[in-house]
Amino acid sequence: MPFVSPEIFAKQTIASVQEYSVLCWRAITNLFSRPRYWADIYTQMDSIGVGSTPIIVLTGFFTGCVLALQSATSLQEFGSVSLTGNLVALSMVKELGPVLTGLMVSGRNSSGMASEIGSMKVTEQIDAMRALGTDPLRKLVTPRLYATVFMLFFLTILSDAFGIAGGALVSVTIMGLNASSYFHNSYRALQYGDVVQGLAKPLFSGFIIATVGCYFGMTTKGGTQGVGRSTTQAVVVSSIFIIIVDLLVTRAMIGIFGR
Amino acid sequence: MPADIAPGDVSQAKQSPDSAEPVVMFKDVTITFDIKPVLQNISFRVQHGETRIILGPAGGGKSVLMKLANGLIRPDSGTIRVFGEDITRMRETDLFKLRARIGMVFQESALFDSLSVEDNVAYRLHEDRVSEEEAHNRVVEALQFVELANTIEKFPPELSGGMRRRVSIARAIIAKPDLILYDSPTGGLDPITSTTIIDLVIKQRDVSHTTSLVITHRLQDAFLLATHRFNQRTGKIEPVPNNGIDASTKFLVLNEGHVVFDGNTDELVHTDDPWLKEYLS
Repeated sequence: MPFVSPEIFAKQTIASVQEYSVLCWRAITNLFSRPRYWADIYTQMDSIGVGSTPIIVLTGFFTGCVLALQSATSLQEFGSVSLTGNLVALSMVKELGPVLTGLMVSGRNSSGMASEIGSMKVTEQIDAMRALGTDPLRKLVTPRLYATVFMLFFLTILSDAFGIAGGALVSVTIMGLNASSYFHNSYRALQYGDVVQGLAKPLFSGFIIATVGCYFGMTTKGGTQGVGRSTTQAVVVSSIFIIIVDLLVTRAMIGIFGR
Repeated sequence: MPADIAPGDVSQAKQSPDSAEPVVMFKDVTITFDIKPVLQNISFRVQHGETRIILGPAGGGKSVLMKLANGLIRPDSGTIRVFGEDITRMRETDLFKLRARIGMVFQESALFDSLSVEDNVAYRLHEDRVSEEEAHNRVVEALQFVELANTIEKFPPELSGGMRRRVSIARAIIAKPDLILYDSPTGGLDPITSTTIIDLVIKQRDVSHTTSLVITHRLQDAFLLATHRFNQRTGKIEPVPNNGIDASTKFLVLNEGHVVFDGNTDELVHTDDPWLKEYLS
């Protein structure tokens, strides 16, 4: 990688932040004016939401299983194995469900968006779209943004549910806990603030996944090598953003709900 | 001749009201990428019904000029007027409306990979909410014009380079534009396929008299355009009688970002410019 002067680096960084901000703003506001590409939104919902369901179900389920196994060891020391349900439910709903779903969808879709839009960019398809009178942000970015935010919300619920179910399977079959008591404890552990926290996070993660993926796609340069670079950057940047925003949202929610 | 983009179509009627105003006008246009000046003080005009061939060595800024003419990129300085409107200061949303009157054929076709040939060609019609039946009929008509009606259900990766270029032409002409920009329509093609593409450009020029800008590296393509015409009676391309030249075809030659020639075929072949003489030889 060539070294650049701090001045050029600072200018490039500020220009990138500006470009990203403009892209985000236009992607959001495009839905409030015509033309709206509803068919593209539904297609993206299918691709991002339905397409990601298997990995989200598997990730959530096995995370719940592992969580129950790991926590049981510690809880046993305090004679509180029966609280496994509480621990799994709280961990899955508040933290692991939203973050893991965000990271998994980021790996699958942020990269997909960057590579698809990036390939279109380097083969002049984006220019062709503009030449044919279509705004590429409206046609490509806005549907991906709204579809990701909408579907990630439901994928997170799915992940939470399968995580709790996975914890139940381990707790009942391996640790010999009562299924009814496990689910009762899980239900009792969750309070309004926990659920709000868990369901607020995917809204931010969805926004990050779509905008970062599309931004790197739209700014792709340098042929197929550039597409590869954009794809990698999209996954890395969106994953880091998801974790940082997770911390900020958690802190804000603790401030609001006190837990 | 297939039932094609019919003679006497609306594009001519839309163009003609103010023929004094050039369709495309560049005035002192300069653009620099990073620190390298790509075009410097470019000025020229393209009148209604004119076919302007843009010649020059590779890397001379021809494709950049074409993108500037369509507002896809903006110049650092100078003015570009298309249909009398200054596109250098136009908002992107207004440019989208203006581009509805411009058809563009890209260097590498730039067809949408994920769409079938029919959807590619009908793209603009779908955007304009034209009914499915009418869109289909017009796609068939446009594909017949480029003699590719049998590829309607195929996808771009299934087509050869020359076929993709012809589909790209069909996509550009389907909305009956008032200006067509051909960015190296024969680039990377074998000589026979190149001639087929140039025949289509000639046919489009002589059937609908649409103003056009044509980039080419191949001098033989340029002179084919200048010396041949489409005979609507026989449906064939033939030389202009008496070794004549097509009056509506003019040339613009670029070298290293500067205009080195702006004039008609006769002036070009009788030029005294040493660089141009060598380039043409």
